[in-house]
Amino acid sequence: MDLDLTEDQEAIRDVFADFFSSETGPERARDAEPLGFDSRAWDRLMETGAPGMGVGGSRGGGATLADLTVVVEEAGAHIAALPLVDHMVATRLLAKVGVCDDDALVGRTIVGLAIRPAQDGTARTVPTGAVARRVVALDGDALVLVEGDPGAHLENHGCLPLAHRPLAGATVLAEGPDAVAAYRRTLDEWRTLTASTLVGITRRALDLGVGYVKERRQFGRPIGSFQAIQHLLADLPGLLDGARLLTAKAAWAGDRAVAGQAGVADIGDNEITDFAALACMALVSAGEAATTATDRSLHVHGGYGFSEEYDIQLYFRRARALTVVLDDPARECRRLADLLLAGPATSSPPGAGSDRNSVPHGGPEPGGDADHLATGATR
Amino acid sequence: MDFSLSPGAVEFRAEVKAFIADHLTTEVVDQMHATGTFNDKAFNAALADAGLLAGAVPGYGDRDPIELYILFNELEKAGAPYDGLAVTMLVAGVVNAVGTDFHRSRVLGKLLTGRFNCCLGYSEPDHGSDVASITTKAVRDGDEWVITGQKMWTTMAHVSDWVILLTRTNPDVPRHKGLTMFLVPMDTPGIEVQPVPTMATERTNATFYDGVRVGDEWRLGEVDGGWAVMGVALAFERGVMGGTNPTVPLLRHVRDWAGGAASPDGGTMLQDPLLRERLARTAIANQVSQLLTLRAAWIAATGGLPGLEGSMAKLYATGRYQQAVGWFQEMAGAEGLLGFDADGAAADGWIDYDARHAPVTTIYGGTTEINRNNVAERHLGLPRDR
Repeated sequence: MDLDLTEDQEAIRDVFADFFSSETGPERARDAEPLGFDSRAWDRLMETGAPGMGVGGSRGGGATLADLTVVVEEAGAHIAALPLVDHMVATRLLAKVGVCDDDALVGRTIVGLAIRPAQDGTARTVPTGAVARRVVALDGDALVLVEGDPGAHLENHGCLPLAHRPLAGATVLAEGPDAVAAYRRTLDEWRTLTASTLVGITRRALDLGVGYVKERRQFGRPIGSFQAIQHLLADLPGLLDGARLLTAKAAWAGDRAVAGQAGVADIGDNEITDFAALACMALVSAGEAATTATDRSLHVHGGYGFSEEYDIQLYFRRARALTVVLDDPARECRRLADLLLAGPATSSPPGAGSDRNSVPHGGPEPGGDADHLATGATR
Repeated sequence: MDFSLSPGAVEFRAEVKAFIADHLTTEVVDQMHATGTFNDKAFNAALADAGLLAGAVPGYGDRDPIELYILFNELEKAGAPYDGLAVTMLVAGVVNAVGTDFHRSRVLGKLLTGRFNCCLGYSEPDHGSDVASITTKAVRDGDEWVITGQKMWTTMAHVSDWVILLTRTNPDVPRHKGLTMFLVPMDTPGIEVQPVPTMATERTNATFYDGVRVGDEWRLGEVDGGWAVMGVALAFERGVMGGTNPTVPLLRHVRDWAGGAASPDGGTMLQDPLLRERLARTAIANQVSQLLTLRAAWIAATGGLPGLEGSMAKLYATGRYQQAVGWFQEMAGAEGLLGFDADGAAADGWIDYDARHAPVTTIYGGTTEINRNNVAERHLGLPRDR
């Protein structure tokens, strides 16, 4: 057991903390609103190799999922308006099926991921759909790639580059159970890295709140000296560190699954090493940490927290957007329950319909890299 | 990061699990709930005889310190009587850290046999969270000290061989600076133990000290240095030695019950979408609690004193425990009110038990408010306001 970052990961963290600190940040995030894309920062990021660093083999960076969490936590903390998580996991998936060209690898062509299954031939609210030329989606049991101009931006709460993307004319990359399994694996990578982004948001939101209450004086004292304020903030380090540890554990399990080590999910003994379960857990946990931290931090800013001038509102809105863009966390928990408990629920809550957002998980992760998938199949 | 245990730790965990499977009988569990004494000397002795206590003393010995976490986590998950053992091993750790050769030779070896118990004498009727204000006094008389006062919440005093007793030795200095800790044999004349029943059936005690005379050799730490000893004891206590995974057996009991319990809406309770959501949320909280605890254990294992990290683990875990048992008791309805022996009790009475036990977990071992103060002041660097 080792709960420290590796030396390499510490170096990665330092490099990207510097990068995102100088190339992104709240002012740049404001400038990038409402679309939520900072093209200048993306150009600079391409120089670092980050967009393709999760792709294995001789062409990519060969970074592990655990390494990538370190990078994107910094992106979250500096509120980078970049489609990094989606591009990272989508290029890993493209490489797996053998269609990750150099443009995608380096990020000249941004690749997005449709995180909800296609509906009536359209992938709805693709998180980076308004900036990605290519989008990978699951359509039925087919893994498809759509290419073309980014979709029309849907203005939204978190200023994410959301867009619907019709899948007409998409290329089929793979079909059948292996294709679905590869997509699910990618979605679990997305959950894990989005969780890490949310951890970065949580961390910075807490720093902003603590910094503010140390400076702001009322009744002749810093408001941070009042217990009512202190206790709002004192719950947050546990939420933050817990979410970070759970996210790191999910990444660890994801990397182990690639190496062919299956996990277990035994809630009776609190022994969970299954990647799919941990990825779900990490996203829910980090979403809760980020929404709670941004909510409390904004609150202790008083009226200024509500004003555009202060940075906390940027974090507040993104925390919520990234927490729900995949799905309602409650539904995510019910999906998790299907992984953890014997047999799925037979009844659905009122209005849930057929759980149309859900991509049901299968059993344990397929072992090994999915090189056996159909590669390069085109329509 | 690497979340897998070392091969040695995996082996140790397997030994603990095997021990629990062999020794945690229904009788042991029933006895603990019938008596309210969550301590079983035969069980403790068997643990020691099986060699499983060698790493159970924080900061002592050459075993992998992760064994300490594993031992108490497994006992807690299994619902074993470990409260008395945890306190005893905690005191063993304090004795080892700040005690003299006399203490080590007279006490530490005995504690490691599992056949002796210790209890904690910190709180008083009028001084709980503000423990530095305690008034039980110790007055020097030649080579002896004479101790007079009363302690509250001295859980396990009635089965203990020693109490570590926080006393006031100097009333004329700032309150933290006039405290001295003693390790007092419980058979010393002048000590009286009175039971304090609780709503969870767990028995605790009030203890009275009337002119109790102990030799100076039973002093633990420096004269007027009791606060530093408290610091060591609290850092050992919070987080690592159980208390942060009580929701694991609760979740197991509720899951097992839900599979066979009819839902008023049709089907079983295990098919109820809201219960499934809450079981999943509880499973997440159990993982986070485990990881925060593991982090505290990891810090201890790498030479640190995880006081703050233990505070965070306790804050998080106890709050989630209360939330979970509240959910489950509501969802079980009237059957969730029924106790162990009642016909039709949901989860064989465990929901009722946990609902009665949960409130104390945000109180004992440092209240949630005291832990929040610690985190606010020492982790977030906010100005002290007390």
